[in-house]
Amino acid sequence: MKRWLNPRSALGITLITAALVALPFVVAMGGQAWVRIVNFAILYIFLALGLNIVVGFAGLLDLGYIAFYAVGAYTWALLASPHFGLHWPIWAILPIGAGLACVAGVLLGSPTLKLRGDYLAIVTLGFGEIVRIFMNNLNAPVNITNGPQGITLIDPVAFGAFKFSGNSQIFGFTISGPQKYYFLLVALAVIVVIINLRLQNSRIGRAWQAIREDEIAAKAVGINTRNIKLLAFAMGASFGGVAGGIFAAMQGFVSPESFSLIESVMILAMVVLGGMGHIPGVILGAVLLTFLPEVLRYGVGPLQMAVFGKMLVDPESLRMLVFGLALVLVMRFKPAGLWPSPERKRELTGGA
Amino acid sequence: MGALLEARAVAKHFGGVKALRDVSLSIREGEIYGLIGPNGAGKTTFFNCLTGLYVPDGGGFEFSGAPLQANAPHQAAERGIARTFQNIRLFANMTALENVMVGRHVRTRAGVLGAMLQTRATREEEAAIRQRAEALLHYVRIEDKADDLAKNLSYGDQRRLEIARALATEPRLLCLDEPAAGMNATETEELRELIEGIRKDGTTILLIEHDVKLVMGLCDRVAVLDYGALVIEDVPAVVQKDQRVIEAYLGA
Repeated sequence: MKRWLNPRSALGITLITAALVALPFVVAMGGQAWVRIVNFAILYIFLALGLNIVVGFAGLLDLGYIAFYAVGAYTWALLASPHFGLHWPIWAILPIGAGLACVAGVLLGSPTLKLRGDYLAIVTLGFGEIVRIFMNNLNAPVNITNGPQGITLIDPVAFGAFKFSGNSQIFGFTISGPQKYYFLLVALAVIVVIINLRLQNSRIGRAWQAIREDEIAAKAVGINTRNIKLLAFAMGASFGGVAGGIFAAMQGFVSPESFSLIESVMILAMVVLGGMGHIPGVILGAVLLTFLPEVLRYGVGPLQMAVFGKMLVDPESLRMLVFGLALVLVMRFKPAGLWPSPERKRELTGGA
Repeated sequence: MGALLEARAVAKHFGGVKALRDVSLSIREGEIYGLIGPNGAGKTTFFNCLTGLYVPDGGGFEFSGAPLQANAPHQAAERGIARTFQNIRLFANMTALENVMVGRHVRTRAGVLGAMLQTRATREEEAAIRQRAEALLHYVRIEDKADDLAKNLSYGDQRRLEIARALATEPRLLCLDEPAAGMNATETEELRELIEGIRKDGTTILLIEHDVKLVMGLCDRVAVLDYGALVIEDVPAVVQKDQRVIEAYLGA
């Protein structure tokens, strides 16, 4: 805690805070769409940090993480939309969503306790798909999720009369819906980062790391590996559940399409590409992987026109091509991720 | 002094191989107890059954008056049985200090909520964990390596670190699986002093070892296993002269 008090870090924190406050107004000059993209980047930071607990800290490869996001999103959608005519407040829905995701995490965790690596990855992958298919088909005989059409007209986040959708006037400023969500998301993200940091340097965090390093030795020193692994699943899942709830409220619409396997893979890629188990790295990975496709979306078309004078390749396919190539290159030249923790860097580069 | 550990007809087989055949022995509080035997005699299997990594196919253990639950390694540690491994199993990418801090897990309580809120109790416990771990590194004389990754330590220091990690669980019975393997004469002598010191500080020791000289010089009593069966359990002077032991080692 002492480090927070020295003048250099105080200055650093002030600058970062100022930048974070200014950001949504600066990017808004390029259109509200960019504010939305920034919001998604923060949402992905949220998800990546949640997955980081499972994959980075405890070393459990989870390919179905998006399922928890789905659980959180559908919880919000069902409890705050005309679909069931329910309009519960945020302080009720978010904890319920986190709780249900947590239960889902334990449900996934308990049968997979003895699995590791590839085997665990396959089971979790299946779990993610099961959840998505459930959402897709729970419209008959009783219509719960409204099937592939999804749920619309979901309530935005609101505190009392203050709604996060639409413009509002604060101190004479006009602040847009996405900008309001931005501040909510930043606040939540700060909380998540702090929780992550604190967990990492705790008794539980060390136990996770010990399991990752050597499960048998961890058992021998008295770690109840079953409970500690379940705890990792439950914690990671709760983060996913909260992120899902905010996602549903922000979009006003959810459908099973948003929770496909590729989303799980993307979040895992953020964790791995950024630097597994290293919180700043994971944040960097989430930001880059959210922005890169968007920058390419807007960038590759004009770039082709400038270089070749005509469109040679369909921008949409080129976008994913460049994106994939970038991932391959990063993993080739920075196998520990772009910003690995000092230990992990030594692990992969320094002999022994 | 009464028995700290009582093994009753412990049996374990892997397919057709009988690794342990009804092994019964008893370890008294405060002694250094040696377990020796030729390669493949079942020594490590016995360790694994005792520490809950294997479930015995027959028999069981009684530890300080109450039966030990099979297949519950973390409970064995909680009851006060700690071990080291023949092929060192440290948390390779954690520092020496962190390795020992993990050893404190079973004697501490802080949970997720405490860690998230950084409650006073959690912070105090964390400080105590660190302090105890530092003291243990000092005890095994590798305090200057506290911030080195475990895998970068020398072989002898890794052995010491593993012992420090085991001691961090506050064991009543410390089980060492071939701690002197691969050590030179000086290192073995230092290890002998360390083990005697641990016993003097009140921990009972069960020692598997190939170095017969070390075992005979160090142990109060010795048990010999051969083909999974107990050959003899007695003081070193008697064991050394026993015809069956000589045969087991030299081959009949």
